[in-house]
Amino acid sequence: MAELVRLAIVGSGPAGLSAAGRAAALGLSHVLLEKSDHLSDTISKYQKGKHVMATPSQLLLRSDQAFAVGKREDILQTWTDRTTALAVNVKYNAEVKSIRGTGPAIPGSIQKIVTRARDGSSTMTEVQRFAPPYAIELSSGETIMAESVILAIGTQGNPNLVRCPGSDLPHVTYQLDDPYAVLDEHIIVIGTGDAGIENARGLAEDPAQRNMVTVLNRAAKSTNVRESFATAKEPNALALVADHDAGKLTIRYETETKAVEPGWITLATRDGEEKIRCDRIIARIGSAPPRGFVEACGIEFSSSDRLAFPVLSPVFESSAPGIFVIGALAGYPLIKHCLNQGYDVVEFINGNTALKPADEPLLEAKFRDLPGKRSVDEWLEMLRSSIAILEAMSPLQMREFMLDSVVRSCSKGEVIFERYDSGSSLFAIAEGSVHVLTDPGDATKVVPIGKGSIFGEVGLISGRRRGATVVAAEDAICVEISRTAALKLQSQVPAARKAIELISIERQLLQIFSSGLTSADVAELVASARVENKVAGEVVLAEGEEGRDIYIVRRGSMIVERLIGGRPVFLSYLPAGSYVGEMALIDGGPRSATVRAAIKSEVVRLPGDAFARLLQRRPELLAKARSDMAARHDVNMFIESRKESFSSAVDMYSQTAQFLVDNGIGEATDVLLIDEKLCIGCDNCEKACADSHDGLSRLDREAGKSYAHLHVPTSCRHCEHPLCMSDCPPNAIKRGDDGEVFIDESCIGCGNCQRNCPYGVIRMDSEPPKKPSLLSWMLFGAGPGPGEAPKTWRKKNASGGEPPKKAIKCDMCSGIDGGPACVRACPTGAAIRVSPEAFMSVAHMESDN
Amino acid sequence: MASTPHAGMRADHKAVADHDGFLRHARFRWIKVALVVCLIALIGYFAADVKPRPYGGSWYGYTLGTAGVLLIFWLALLGIRKRAMTAGRWSLKAWTSAHVYLGLALVVIATLHTGFQFGWNVHTLAYALMMLVIASGIYGAAVYAVLPSTLSSNREQLTLSQMVEGIRAIDRQLHEAAQPLTHSYTEVVLAASEESPFATSLWSRLSGKYPHCATARALTAFQNVASSPDTGPAFATVETLLIRRKAQLDRLRRQTRLKALLEIWLYLHIPGTIALIAALTAHIVSVFYYW
Repeated sequence: MAELVRLAIVGSGPAGLSAAGRAAALGLSHVLLEKSDHLSDTISKYQKGKHVMATPSQLLLRSDQAFAVGKREDILQTWTDRTTALAVNVKYNAEVKSIRGTGPAIPGSIQKIVTRARDGSSTMTEVQRFAPPYAIELSSGETIMAESVILAIGTQGNPNLVRCPGSDLPHVTYQLDDPYAVLDEHIIVIGTGDAGIENARGLAEDPAQRNMVTVLNRAAKSTNVRESFATAKEPNALALVADHDAGKLTIRYETETKAVEPGWITLATRDGEEKIRCDRIIARIGSAPPRGFVEACGIEFSSSDRLAFPVLSPVFESSAPGIFVIGALAGYPLIKHCLNQGYDVVEFINGNTALKPADEPLLEAKFRDLPGKRSVDEWLEMLRSSIAILEAMSPLQMREFMLDSVVRSCSKGEVIFERYDSGSSLFAIAEGSVHVLTDPGDATKVVPIGKGSIFGEVGLISGRRRGATVVAAEDAICVEISRTAALKLQSQVPAARKAIELISIERQLLQIFSSGLTSADVAELVASARVENKVAGEVVLAEGEEGRDIYIVRRGSMIVERLIGGRPVFLSYLPAGSYVGEMALIDGGPRSATVRAAIKSEVVRLPGDAFARLLQRRPELLAKARSDMAARHDVNMFIESRKESFSSAVDMYSQTAQFLVDNGIGEATDVLLIDEKLCIGCDNCEKACADSHDGLSRLDREAGKSYAHLHVPTSCRHCEHPLCMSDCPPNAIKRGDDGEVFIDESCIGCGNCQRNCPYGVIRMDSEPPKKPSLLSWMLFGAGPGPGEAPKTWRKKNASGGEPPKKAIKCDMCSGIDGGPACVRACPTGAAIRVSPEAFMSVAHMESDN
Repeated sequence: MASTPHAGMRADHKAVADHDGFLRHARFRWIKVALVVCLIALIGYFAADVKPRPYGGSWYGYTLGTAGVLLIFWLALLGIRKRAMTAGRWSLKAWTSAHVYLGLALVVIATLHTGFQFGWNVHTLAYALMMLVIASGIYGAAVYAVLPSTLSSNREQLTLSQMVEGIRAIDRQLHEAAQPLTHSYTEVVLAASEESPFATSLWSRLSGKYPHCATARALTAFQNVASSPDTGPAFATVETLLIRRKAQLDRLRRQTRLKALLEIWLYLHIPGTIALIAALTAHIVSVFYYW
C-alpha cells in the first residue's frame, strides 16, 4: 500500500497550483499531480508573448500565488518560482487514469451514468460509491492514496488519439508549438478542422522550410468545401484547397491511417493501401471532454446537457464525499476565480468554516441599495425561496448566479422595460407584482404577473426586441438575469428549464392572439404543445400536404415558398414570434405553401384540433386570425398576378432572398448591405468606421459574397443568438440598447469569439497610436490621413510597445449621434443597413420594380 | 401563410427610403432646388434694370458673384466633409447629391455673372477654371452612375488581393511546369510570370490595351507550335496555365481600368478646384483694388 497523503490535487493549472500552494503553506501532506512535464499546461500552450488579463478587476485575489496582468511567460515564471518557494510537492508526468474509494461502500450512494451513442441509443451504468481514502491510479501503473482529492483539471480534456498499429510511436503528436521551427520533414496532418488546417498551412507556408505536408481527409473531394471540410470554417478550408492547388501541400481525400512505423505511414485510400514517407504525424482530431472521466469518479453532473457542471456543495465538495471540484471544471473559467477557489477549498478542507468566499464584497455591493437590511446569505435565501425557477439551486450556485444578475427595486408605476427595447435578459419577481401592457394604445389593458413568476422570457428565447412594455404594479423587487446566467441556469437546473419553457409557450400564445385570452383559455393548448427543433432547411410544412397543426416560430426564422410554374418562389420571411399553419385549419384543404427553417430553429407545435376548439369557444379570435390571413391572401394574389408578366423578376427575387438567407441574414437583426450598382469602391465606409472607433475598421467591404449586385460585406450581422457570446470567459460580449452586439472593455483577448463567429467579422488587434488632426494632414501632410493607419506607421509611432490585442467588432456605432458611420459616410448611397424582415418582403420587391 | 409580430416596425421605413442612389436622393430634392435657383437667377437677369448692359460690376452682377463664390466655397467643403467623421445626423450621400446639382447650377449663376463678357484676363481665367472643374465633375457623376455595376460583375466576388494572389499561385505552378521545356520556351514563360500586373503606363491602365503583354506573347508562342512533334505533356500543361494566367490577368486589368476610370477625373477636379480658388481670390482682390 502506498503512502497516504491528506490531499491529492489533480491538475496544476491556476486552481490546482493555488490549492497546492495553500496546502503547502498550511503544512498539510499533499501531492500535486500534473500529466505533462511542466506546470499549467493549458496556459503554457497560449501563443508566445500572449498578454494575459486579470479580470474581473473588482474581485480581490486571495491566494498564495501571485497574479497580475502580464505576458504569458512572466506569469508562468512567477508561478513556477512561487511553487518552488512554497515547497509544493509536485509530481510531473503523472496522468490520472482513475480515482476510486477504498473505504466501505456508501449505502444508497449509487451514481447512474447515461452514455449516448451516435445513433441515439443510450446505455446506463450504475456505479456504487465507496468512502475515502481514494486510490488514484496513474497511467504509469503507480497508485497514490489520498484522504481527499481536489479535481482541478479544467475543461480542455484530452486530445482524441490516433487508433492504429504504431500510433504510440513518439513521432505521433497532438500539437504543434511552432510551425516555423520544423524543417525538411515529411509531415502528415490528420484532421481537417481549423486546428489541423492552421498547422498544415503554417508548416507549408515558407517553401524555404522544405516541408512535404500531406493532409488526410476522410471525406470525399467536393467542389463545395462545406461538404469536404465539414468541421472547418469556410475561409480556412478554401485557403487550404488553394494551397493544394498551388502545390504547397497535398490534400488526400477519402484517406485514413492504416499503420504507422518509424519513417513511414500506411494509408487506406479508396484505391487500396499506400505506403508513404513520414517523419512526423500531427493529429488534430478534436478532444474528448473530461466528463466521462469525472463521472467515473462518482461525481454527478447537474443534467445531461453539454454545458452542465458537476453538482457541488457550498464548499466545492462533489457528490463523491471527499472529492472536491474547482476551477473551469466547476464552471469558473477565469484565472482569478481559479486561484481564489484553490485557496478557499483547502481552507474548507482544513476545517475553516468561517471563511467567506472572495466574492462576498461583490455580492454585498449588489444588495447594498435595496430596502430591508438583510445580509448576503439572507438575500440569497430570500431570492431562492421566493422565485420558483431558482428553488432547486444550491447556495454555491446562487452565489455564482447572482454575480451575473442584477437585483432591482422598482417603485409602483416604474417602467421596467418598454416595447421594442432590445434585451435578452430574463426577469424574475421576488416581491410585489408587475403589469404587462398588451396594447400600446391603451394603458388599461394589462396582464398581471405575480410574485415568484418570471417575465421577459421572449427576449431570452427569440433574441428579438421586447414585445410589450412592463411596469411595476406595486413596489417590487425583481432580479434581472443576464442571458448567460439564464442559459447556465437552464442547463444546471432541469426543473427551471421546463418551467421557463411552459411559461414562454403560454405567454407566446397570449401575446400572438392578444384578444383578451386568459391562461385558462390556452391551458389545453399549452399542455399539448410540443417544442420541436428544426435544422436549417428542414421543411416544417409542405405545400399540398394535409395537416391541421399550427406552428409558432419560437427561435430562429422561417421562409415561406410556393411552387409556381415548377419553381419555388419566395413569399415571405418569418422571424421568431410568427405563427404558421392556421390557413389550412380555418379554410380547410391542404397546405397552401411550404415553410422551411432558414436557420437552426425551434418551433412550438400546437395540435390543430385543440386550436379549433379554442376558435369555437372564442369567436373574436377567429375574426382576428381571418384578418391576419387576408394580408397573406393578398401576397399570394400579388405573386399569382405577377407570375406571367414579371416571372423573371419574381424568380430573381426568390434567388436573392435565398442568397441572403445563405449568408446569415436569416439570423441577423441588423446587417450592412452594399448595393453594388452604386458602390464605387472608395472604401470611405471602412475609413469612416476606423475613424469613429479608435482607428480600427470593423468591416471589410470588398470581402464577402455578392448576388445580383447585392453584396454582404464582412461585417457583424448582430445575430439573434450570437455565437460569439457563447464562450466568452469574462462575459464581455453583450447586447446593447439598440440591439447591437458589442464587446466591452473587460475583453481579455482570448480570441474565442473570433473563432466562434461563423461570418469571420471579429478581428483581434491592438489600439493604434493617435493620429494628427485631419487639418494638419490636409495642410501639412502630417500622419497617415483618414482611415485605418498602415501597420508600418503604427509600429513607428507606437509609444512604449504595442498595447495588448483585444477583440473588436461592429457595435453599430452605439453612442454616436447620427448612427452607423459606414452608412453616413457613403457618398453614393450604396451602403444600407437593414433588418431582414423589412428587406425580404414582397412589398420591397414591388418598390424596387 | 403566417403572421409576423412586429409588422410595420421602424426598420421597414428605413430600408425602403434609404435605398436610393445619390442622384435620386430624397426624390430628386436637390435637382429641384438647383432648378429653382437657376430660374431665380435668370428671371433676375432679365428683370434687373442694369445700364448700359449686364456686367459683373453691376449691383446684380455683385449679387450673382457673391452667391457664386459662397457656393464654390461650400462645394469645396465636400472634401473635408467626406473625411471628417464627426457625429451628427448628416449623410454624405445627401451632400454629394447637393454638390452635384448645385455645382451644375453654378454654370448658370457664374455665366450670368460674367454678363457674357470674356477676355484674356484673370477674371476669365477663373471662369474657365470653374468650367473645367464642373466638366470633370460631370464626367465623375456619369461614371459613378454607370460603372459600379460593371465593377461588381467583373470582380466575381473576389477581392483585389485575391486576384493578385490567384495570379501568383499560377506563377508558382508555371515555374514548376516549365522545368522540362527547352530553354527558349522557359524564357518566354519566365518573362510572362515575372510580368507585374501593376507596373504599367497610365494610358494602358485607362484604355485597357497592353500591346507589350508578356503573357499574351508567351501564349502566342505556345499556340503557334501546338502541333509540332516535340511537344510533350509538360507543353500542354504550361499552355493551359498560360491561358489561365491570361484570363485572370485580363480580369485584374479590367478591374484596375474601371477603378482608374472612376478615379482619374479627381486628379483634374481637385487640383482644378485649388487653382480655381487661387484665381478667384485674384479676381476678387483685383476687382476691389481697381474699383
